[in-house]
Amino acid sequence: MRDNLAKAFDRANLQRFRYAPLPRSYTNYLGRQIFLLLLTIQGLAAFALITLGVLLRKSHAARGVMQPRVRQEINRAGVALLPMFFFVALALGFLVIGQTVAALAKVGATDYLGETMVIVVVRELGPLLTAMLVLARVGTANVIELGTARALGDVEALEALSIDPVHYLIMPRVLGMVLGVFALTIYLVLGALASGCLFAFLANVPLTPGDYFRQIAEALNWLDFVLLGLKTCAFGFFIAVVTCYHGLAQPLRLDEVSRVAVRAVTQGIVVCVLIDAVFIVLYLAT
Amino acid sequence: MDTKAAILDMQGVQVTALRDPSIIVLEEVTWSVRTGEFWVVAGAQHSGKSDLLLHAAGLMTPSAGTCRVFGCDTHQFDETQMAVRLRVGLAFADGKLFNQLTLAENIALPLLYHQRLTDAEAVRRVEALLELLELTPQADARPENVPAVWRRRAALARALALQPELLLLDNPNGGLTARHRQWQMNFLDQLWRGHDFFGGHPMTLVATTDDLQPWRHPQRKFAGVHEGHFTVLGAWGGDEFTGHRAVKELLALPEGQVGG
Repeated sequence: MRDNLAKAFDRANLQRFRYAPLPRSYTNYLGRQIFLLLLTIQGLAAFALITLGVLLRKSHAARGVMQPRVRQEINRAGVALLPMFFFVALALGFLVIGQTVAALAKVGATDYLGETMVIVVVRELGPLLTAMLVLARVGTANVIELGTARALGDVEALEALSIDPVHYLIMPRVLGMVLGVFALTIYLVLGALASGCLFAFLANVPLTPGDYFRQIAEALNWLDFVLLGLKTCAFGFFIAVVTCYHGLAQPLRLDEVSRVAVRAVTQGIVVCVLIDAVFIVLYLAT
Repeated sequence: MDTKAAILDMQGVQVTALRDPSIIVLEEVTWSVRTGEFWVVAGAQHSGKSDLLLHAAGLMTPSAGTCRVFGCDTHQFDETQMAVRLRVGLAFADGKLFNQLTLAENIALPLLYHQRLTDAEAVRRVEALLELLELTPQADARPENVPAVWRRRAALARALALQPELLLLDNPNGGLTARHRQWQMNFLDQLWRGHDFFGGHPMTLVATTDDLQPWRHPQRKFAGVHEGHFTVLGAWGGDEFTGHRAVKELLALPEGQVGG
């Protein structure tokens, strides 16, 4: 039994299940999909634990090489995306928040504005939208870069130099994504709230900027800051893990890279939604 | 009787393919490499020489048998054995340089990663290696922008950066012009005898090849790989050497047809 389980969860079986011909019955098909899902979860969990272990054990190792790489990844997953996030924050403020402000003003419910803004922008839309955009812009690039590197033998080259590929290739990406998602969420939330205020002013909503920001400040509590920090860090960590897992953990051929990139982005979206659901439960529980 | 210690010792090793570990490429490899020896492993292309070197370097663990490098079983070749791992250098057949780094940065990578060097010291050591391998004019070029022969040389420089005691070379002459091949053979010979650059300490070398002729040397030891079997052949011209099918095949090939 133990041997069978060990065999079932190896990579060869994953490939065999994935590329096997379609089964004749729906129950067999369903069973295969469930089995594939379990194998993927097992692989992702193992890779996440390995990455976490390397992060904890080697965060100070080889600083001369790793610090520039971490800075480069922070730049890629954070600083380089700022212009896009400036635009998205502006659009979010105008399209969503501004309309909400106007709608609440029409029914005389502007007193609920602060709470609505905190729930919609700070808790939900800001972090989730940031995660999706970083996944699309940087996560996809991660899979393609790592998949190509794997196919070209960079992993063997690193191992031949006694360099841990997870430390050299994954750790900077994880740190870059965690810090990038965290910082970009803050900028997106602040930008969206500010542009919403601007929209309200332009639309002649009877609400002064002072009242608007006072309501938001009153609706925020310490838990919002803590959970926002945890949530964005979780988004960044798991987006990096999912995309790096698909790029690096499995041997690829060059022609497989594009297909794997699509799979990684799909799984990244699912993981982000699941994390979001967990945090909704946490918000409701507290 | 050879009293020198075996720094690479394989006993009944089953060599599997890197791309698909379920494929066995060599059966029952029993082989000892002692300090100061220069081994040449001959075999046709895709006969399993590269996979054998990956096992010897500890990058792959044998599915059967034991492989010991400097007395350490490669099954236990983890982070705790880093000091042992750093005594082995490996230069791949296609170089496997990192395309996002320049040649100089590729060579500097192991130095900066494993040794706490100041920037000035790292630059000095990389410049010295570049000069030794006549790579200075290409130092700032990226691998994709330099010819394959210089990429090979950069890969050799990178493998030598940490001054290994055992240097494994995967088909180092493949695709080289006669001039570059001559330079390389002389350089490897100097390494084996003890190059001044490395303090005059003799280096143990293992090279694979699919073109035997340039490796002819009375003091080198030969092994052959043919149809999934590894055979120790001894010195050039011995009975076992001349009778081996891989040797017959490789020596029958006209010059210039081999490479890659």
